Amino acid sequence: MTVAAAPAQNAEPIFHVIDEHAHPEGASTMLGFWIYLMSDCLIFAMLFATYGVLGGNYAAGPAPKDLFDLKLVALNTTMLLLSSITYGFAMLTMEKSKLGATQFWLAVTGLFGLAFLGIELTEFHHMIHEGATPQRSAFLSSFFTLVGTHGLHVTFGLVWLVTLMVQSARYGLTAANRRRLMCLSMFWHFLDVVWIGVFTFVYLLGVLR
Amino acid sequence: MTTDSHAVHTDAGDHGHDVHGGAAHGSLKSYLIGFGLSVVLTAVPFWLVMTGAITDKAITALIVLVLAAIQIVVHMVYFLHMNTRSENGWTMMAMIFTVVMVVIALTGSLWVMHHLNVNMMPVHDMSQMP
Repeated sequence: MTVAAAPAQNAEPIFHVIDEHAHPEGASTMLGFWIYLMSDCLIFAMLFATYGVLGGNYAAGPAPKDLFDLKLVALNTTMLLLSSITYGFAMLTMEKSKLGATQFWLAVTGLFGLAFLGIELTEFHHMIHEGATPQRSAFLSSFFTLVGTHGLHVTFGLVWLVTLMVQSARYGLTAANRRRLMCLSMFWHFLDVVWIGVFTFVYLLGVLR
Repeated sequence: MTTDSHAVHTDAGDHGHDVHGGAAHGSLKSYLIGFGLSVVLTAVPFWLVMTGAITDKAITALIVLVLAAIQIVVHMVYFLHMNTRSENGWTMMAMIFTVVMVVIALTGSLWVMHHLNVNMMPVHDMSQMP
């Protein structure tokens, strides 16, 4: 009796569940990516705050009214909005496992994204040509940092998009590729949400001021 | 026996996603509703500012800001499929936390720096001069 009880007393007590419950591959990817997006959101919030503080310091240089062409910004906004809905179509065709249609909508999304970047770079080129460089005033420094960071995000989104199109063409719509496409979907729609803030605070309220 | 256990396994695999409360999916209808709302919520503020339909700039600015806030919610719901159920509510918790942080950072920065600007402004009051 005592012999049988001795090992039980000597054994280390365990206060947690030894058996790990099942973690299917990629189950936490969506939540993790969402938390990444939220941290990215904080970066943009800081840049918006910087622009909000410095956006009125023109240093006797050009003001938003002199620089911004709202027609061009409206066109740019349209491009990004259209790319958002076409990515939505890509996700819908992906759920139906139609590889060709998914690739088509991804390509259309990429073209709209390229158009957005092209228009934005044209605008930047025009501004810099007129002497409205980031060094000109605090307003322009914060403007180029905020809008440029958004543009960089779109650029990396496009690189990611092309990568996933190649991946899907090679390996098909596997579970991993679907997961990646869903992450990019969140990223892409998130960039559109940030752009709402940019065209409202920077362009529309800037011209209004 | 093998087929039975296999069937159980696939069944668990299919429903494992739902048990964990994975990401929500949209439908064609929800995407189109979101797109339609976004087009209106984008076109109206641009039209207001470009034509100057409302002469009072403060009112125009207020309308533009409200429409932007609505559009952000529309994008969150129809494009990013935000709801209180996905990932057992953790995406919503993360977003609420972020919104709180963003509001504190934005209002704090603007408020503090505005008062700093006001207080640092040179006073051009000649009656106070010696």
